[in-house]
Amino acid sequence: MSGTSTPKSAGQSLPPPPAAPVTLRINGQDHHLELAPWTSLLDALREYAGLTGTKKGCDHGQCGACTVLVDGKRINSCLTLAVLQEGADITTIEGLGQEGNLHPLQQAFIDHDAFQCGYCTPGQICSAQGLINEGKAHTEDEIRELMSGNICRCGAYVGILNAVKEVVDKKSIALRS
Amino acid sequence: MSSTTNHVGKAPSRVEGPAKVTGAAKYSAEFNVPDLVYGYVVSSPIAKGKILKIHADKVLAIPGVLQVFSHENVPGLAWFDKSYKDDVAPGGSPFRPLHDDEVKFSMQPVALVVADTFELARYAASILDIEYKESTHETDIEAKRDDGHEPGKGKTGYKPPVRRGNANKGLAKAEQHIKQEYIHGAQHHNPMELFGATVHYHPNGKLTIYDKTQGVYNCQQYVTKVFGLSKEQARVVNLYMGGGFGAGLRPQYELFLSVLAALELKRSVRLSLTRQQMFSFGHRPHTLQTVEMGTGPDGALLGLKHSALHETSRFEEYTENVVNWSGMLYKCPDVHLNYQVAALDVYTPLDMRAPGAATGSFALEVAMDEMAYAAGLDPLEFRRRNYAEEDQNENKPFSSKKLREAYDEGARRFGWDKRPMAPRATKEGNMLVGWGVAGGVWDASMQKAAAKATITADGKLTVSSAAGENGTGTYTIMTQIAAETLGLPMEAVTFKLGDTTLPEAPVQGGSWTAASVGSAVKSTCEALGEKLLKLAQKLGDSPLKGAKFEDVEFVNGQIRLRQDHDQAVVLRDVLQTSGEREIEADSSAMPNPLTMQKYSMHSHNVVFVEVKVDEELGTVHVSRVLNVVAAGRILNQKTARSQVLGSIVWGISMALMEETVMDHRFGRYMNHNYAEYHVPVNADIRDIEVVFVEEEDPHVNPLGVKGIGEVGLLGVAAAITNAVYHATGKRVRQLPIYLDKLL
Repeated sequence: MSGTSTPKSAGQSLPPPPAAPVTLRINGQDHHLELAPWTSLLDALREYAGLTGTKKGCDHGQCGACTVLVDGKRINSCLTLAVLQEGADITTIEGLGQEGNLHPLQQAFIDHDAFQCGYCTPGQICSAQGLINEGKAHTEDEIRELMSGNICRCGAYVGILNAVKEVVDKKSIALRS
Repeated sequence: MSSTTNHVGKAPSRVEGPAKVTGAAKYSAEFNVPDLVYGYVVSSPIAKGKILKIHADKVLAIPGVLQVFSHENVPGLAWFDKSYKDDVAPGGSPFRPLHDDEVKFSMQPVALVVADTFELARYAASILDIEYKESTHETDIEAKRDDGHEPGKGKTGYKPPVRRGNANKGLAKAEQHIKQEYIHGAQHHNPMELFGATVHYHPNGKLTIYDKTQGVYNCQQYVTKVFGLSKEQARVVNLYMGGGFGAGLRPQYELFLSVLAALELKRSVRLSLTRQQMFSFGHRPHTLQTVEMGTGPDGALLGLKHSALHETSRFEEYTENVVNWSGMLYKCPDVHLNYQVAALDVYTPLDMRAPGAATGSFALEVAMDEMAYAAGLDPLEFRRRNYAEEDQNENKPFSSKKLREAYDEGARRFGWDKRPMAPRATKEGNMLVGWGVAGGVWDASMQKAAAKATITADGKLTVSSAAGENGTGTYTIMTQIAAETLGLPMEAVTFKLGDTTLPEAPVQGGSWTAASVGSAVKSTCEALGEKLLKLAQKLGDSPLKGAKFEDVEFVNGQIRLRQDHDQAVVLRDVLQTSGEREIEADSSAMPNPLTMQKYSMHSHNVVFVEVKVDEELGTVHVSRVLNVVAAGRILNQKTARSQVLGSIVWGISMALMEETVMDHRFGRYMNHNYAEYHVPVNADIRDIEVVFVEEEDPHVNPLGVKGIGEVGLLGVAAAITNAVYHATGKRVRQLPIYLDKLL
């Protein structure tokens, strides 16, 4: 196959949309940001709000690394625009727990060595919290299935399963008693 | 009192765990330095041809777009190839981004758009018009079957295959004989973190370059040579790497482009590649292999031939050791190994976890299973009968080899003796059940590395070496080694890495970090220990007076006599009375050429697998994997196990899922995203387990470690393939085993 490619349509390119004030409630705090409307929630968190705990692995909703909680539900933050989340309660990994004050899932991930490089980990943990909020997963098979939107290329799935199971089990024991 | 500061061999959690689980760990594209501008790469849609014109005007007219870099405006840079050669470059001429109008491979970076925001840079890149003149490309290795050649010198670590005896004569004596072809397609590393860099442009013109790399020194060397900078002008930092698997061994084009933009614009620049672009800079090559072997009446291998052919680029000659392992894993008098490459219009392949061995062991170990069946022997028994007591490639004894113990331990735990020999013998409901076995061998390497250690009056120790942390556990094992050497609790020790202001370490690859950097850390802490002993002996009536360094040990925060533990001083007292604010030592470690000459140093493994195959759907479920590894001393049971668990996941992926598919009409990988490039998710992984057999090795290096990042991958894909045969009676010789191969 050979030949000369033609230039793309000579039509006018649209001027980029201007930035406007957007207020996002992240981890219980209001962030007043200047965002163009085409800014994804993921990029708003990482590049504008300085919260780089939320990771970008594909930007297409395929890997789950950017998982955050919006009003308690887990979503891929790369698949929503920041402006659409005004007024919502956004929780990122930074909001779940901090060094010295770890969330039970964070501690369980450390104990079970549920990560290696750590890049998918914030998304895994937010996803696990979302899973617990959904109240669906109880058996190992259910956890495996419902944690399958989060890819871990290091292959730490056994640790992830055991970490999530430990917290789910403790939760159900607490609920029963 | 027994020791509370023996950390090596235990299972402490990762010291960087809290940083990773809270999002506090900073990866390269996350250093939010002030006044950042953003780059976005434009990739070539054609595989071969010329760039006729870059119509940058329309894009440059958009407010906020700062520059479009391309071959049309890149300033004169280093001229000779050697300036672009990194530490692990293969032979040939390294690719130079934005160098000229030539397109050499699909998705080649052809322009970099820089703008005030990421969104704007992405938009501008999407509308940038570029005219190309396409020419005919060749991307299919199948068309090059008769066109391969034996590579020249190859890259570091490449060993041309050694032949011995006369394989044809050996095969002619054989009673049983097999000859088959084995194929796998291209695979891409696909670490979770996108390749990216943040270049901090300081007011004095110096750069701090946060780059995704497995070797900060390798990148510094590249940048200084290409851009004519001094080392002081280009500090390279990588504190955390979101997975590498070999993808970050060589400096990638985000480094070149972001440094170029920072220097030209005199601004701080961030550049992240897209997931699609992650398929544009190196891969495990599509490889065609043939294995032929024959056995005598007792099942002894009499002759073995193994040949391999894979692609390289037009501009570099990539090599990996694919066939050599077949000359050393089993005993065989007559062996013929042949390795060839053929140039195509693709980017140069790139070392990917267990490069060469993952490929070669797949072919060898499936062939061994076929041979065992042809000879009427249990596949594990067949391997035992051909056990290599020495490395026949090099005619040397192994420094240690506990593979037989691994066979025994694995067979016992897996229940291998209950395996029926015949295929299709076990059914559970509508699932055919099969068991398979396979294994591998990998180099136990060591490189030169340096380290520095500083202890302060409060008893806190800081040790540093510019190694990498890509999930392997470097922070943790180095902390363990340092703390144990000086008898401190792990909490008293901080290990620093990934920064060219620290002592030099080799690239993080080849499974050699534990041996290389670990030995340097140990030797440095010992050097510091000698200084501390001297200070301790200066104390008034020191119980250690006259003691030599060999006579004392550092345990529980004390220095004490080995022969009389009551003769001890508290380390912190020594530091405080010495009046010194801090005491420092540096040292390095390198491989011992004498032991290297004398011994063959390798790790081994054996993998047992159970699969369940739905015959109507052709789906394969890996229900059980046991990976038994003999890799010397294990420094941290927890992180080592995780590395091998990860290797098992990789092996399942290689066997059943992973393949980058090229559309040869376009010379382009078509499934270049995470939705279509399949890797396992949590639901794909069932009962997988790891066992380390005890293997003491006094020769391999001062720590007795062999490295475990790669050996665990070997044998997994072959064991799954063999288990599929045992389950179904169908022999698959091309990976991945998609369901069409079983229907």
